[in-house]
Amino acid sequence: MKKKTRRDFLKTSALIGTAVASSSLHPAKAGPKNILSPDRMGVLVDTTVCVGCRSCEWACKVAHGRSTQPLAEYEDRSVYQTSRRPDHESVTVVNEHRQEESNGTPVYTKVQCMHCDHPSCVSACIVGAFTKEENGSVVWDTNKCIGCRYCMVACPFQIPAFEFGEALRPDVVKCDFCFSRTQEGKLPACVEMCPVEALTYGPRTELIKVARERIRRAPEKYVHHIYGETEAGGTSWMYLASRDFAGLGLPNVGTHAMPGTSESIQHGIFAYFIPPVLLYAMLGGVMWVTRRGKESEHEELK
Amino acid sequence: MNSVHKPQPMTKGFFTPGVIVLLVLAVNGLGFLLGRFLFGIGSVTNLSNQYPWGIWIAIDVAAGVALAAGGFTTAALGHVMHREEYHIVVRPALLTAMLGYTFAALAVCIDLGRWYYIWHPLIMWNGTSALFEVGMCVMIYMMVLYIEFLPIVAERFIGRITLKGVFARLNKPLEALLRALDRGLSKTMFIFIIAGVVLSTLHQSSLGTLMIIAGPKVHPLWQTPILPLLFLLSAVSVGYPMVIFESMIASRSFGLKPEMDVLSRLGSFMAPLLSIYLAFKIGDMVIRESFMYLTEVNTASVMFTIEIVVGVAIPLRMFLSEVVVRSRLWLFVASCLVVFGVLLNRINTFVVAYNPPYAVKAYFPSIGEISVTVGFVSILVLLYRFYVRTFAVISIAKVTPAARAKYAIRGGRS
Repeated sequence: MKKKTRRDFLKTSALIGTAVASSSLHPAKAGPKNILSPDRMGVLVDTTVCVGCRSCEWACKVAHGRSTQPLAEYEDRSVYQTSRRPDHESVTVVNEHRQEESNGTPVYTKVQCMHCDHPSCVSACIVGAFTKEENGSVVWDTNKCIGCRYCMVACPFQIPAFEFGEALRPDVVKCDFCFSRTQEGKLPACVEMCPVEALTYGPRTELIKVARERIRRAPEKYVHHIYGETEAGGTSWMYLASRDFAGLGLPNVGTHAMPGTSESIQHGIFAYFIPPVLLYAMLGGVMWVTRRGKESEHEELK
Repeated sequence: MNSVHKPQPMTKGFFTPGVIVLLVLAVNGLGFLLGRFLFGIGSVTNLSNQYPWGIWIAIDVAAGVALAAGGFTTAALGHVMHREEYHIVVRPALLTAMLGYTFAALAVCIDLGRWYYIWHPLIMWNGTSALFEVGMCVMIYMMVLYIEFLPIVAERFIGRITLKGVFARLNKPLEALLRALDRGLSKTMFIFIIAGVVLSTLHQSSLGTLMIIAGPKVHPLWQTPILPLLFLLSAVSVGYPMVIFESMIASRSFGLKPEMDVLSRLGSFMAPLLSIYLAFKIGDMVIRESFMYLTEVNTASVMFTIEIVVGVAIPLRMFLSEVVVRSRLWLFVASCLVVFGVLLNRINTFVVAYNPPYAVKAYFPSIGEISVTVGFVSILVLLYRFYVRTFAVISIAKVTPAARAKYAIRGGRS
């Protein structure tokens, strides 16, 4: 870089400027599908109705072609001694929450992906392997995933599971809201199976009305809150319960859409590549000015 | 410019007792790494569905990239601002950055469940993902670092390519290629130097954005919307201490006199840089009122206090003292503290602060994870040693009396 003249510098800088500008005039429509349809579907889980039979767990495994014990063995209640989380084998599990002070009936909470309206996983995934579909399902694409597990870091409900024991092609596993079944017009497997109709499938807006109506009719039976209506910016799966949700394994995640802050920072930094290009130009300017300073210094020395 | 200092390959032998120890650690790490590829990530790590990221991301990637920041901070000083007196530290810092980023990329690769799909982000874009931005910037910056290093390679081999036998006919074209590269790059290098600085500010900050989406899962002492700014400021702060740290170790290892003159000047930048970082860190804590978490004694509050006091406040006080900046030992100690502080900050942000809602048991790295990380660092040090013996990276002062005198009169201008 010793023999470079100022003219060279300007010429090359201008060339680069044009190249960058022309490429940023047409920003690629990058990113995964993230549809927030007003007609998206959801499920209302009424935990006051659930009897903890776990047949939804069985139906889920059958519908996803996974090996499972016979349905009769799901009646074994000893599993309730420990609190379980969805993992790479079972994407939905039911937990029992006993009341310690009163000897009221235990509450059963089904756990699975909440299918957020503003999913962190969709926003975070480095390759856009997650998609929020028009019907509300958040689904994962095995052909894109690189196994970085950033979705697991991002998810406020700690849902995606990873096949840590798989050496060659580990999957990220989570509930897909029976996307292929609902496309064929069928119900999600767990909803179809539930013998006591604790799960109601329908348009999310309708479900909120149904939930409010249930609370209105039996205000003494319910906590006056629909978990999932506003949690993390709203979720497709929503819960009704007779007790405080925090004691039922449903964490207080606030009402902000989780990707909000990070996305506004990202978009601020990359507003049509303007800030990086400005920084580039500024540094180029500094380089040019200080170089002039050095050149005149050298001339004086001569 | 008549330079008194000229970069040249080191001549001291490769093997020392320290090198043997590093080789053993490297082989040990590679052994565990083989286990990871044969039996899956779960077989050698303590990672789980609760703790998806461990020290491979916190230390090898996040801290590794931060500690390689010397590459862009010295380039900004030496090339963008044309402060030629700092040119002797640019090459060592460039080599560190090149090796550091290469190993950060390798660490990402081994941490990926499907490592063979590492190229997917190149064609499958997600503009909302902070990780996507980090990945792209790091990939491009790595290329820039290799390009910046090319002239050093050309310098080493131009006129010295003597392949034998069937390859002998390649000698001339290779020579021509090197000369063309060298000539082309000397005219265009400024493009890459500025690009390197821009790319660095982008991904150093975006590494901080990574944990923002985790929201309440990250302890409020660390979780803040200005995480990207804090990450950028701390990366800028750790650049020069890392250069000082390495320069002193390399001088000792190769039996040279450390370039105290330049290193002291670098040290004098540290107090302002650390003050800015500390001011933002404390200001953020006051505004979000997160200092109330310091009133209870637990892992998070203790780690945060160590990070701020030992890693920022004490070295800041030290760098304010003229005695410390002029003293070989104290300058080294203060620089080590800053390096330690940033390393701890990355571990804290990615591991200690990470509190999943349904944690069954806390995460602590397994022997396998620690071995791989230690092994990677060992290989990096060995490669550094190999490179400085092969290429002209480290500058040596010529010890002619005349040059000495000139050196002294001109106030340390090299």
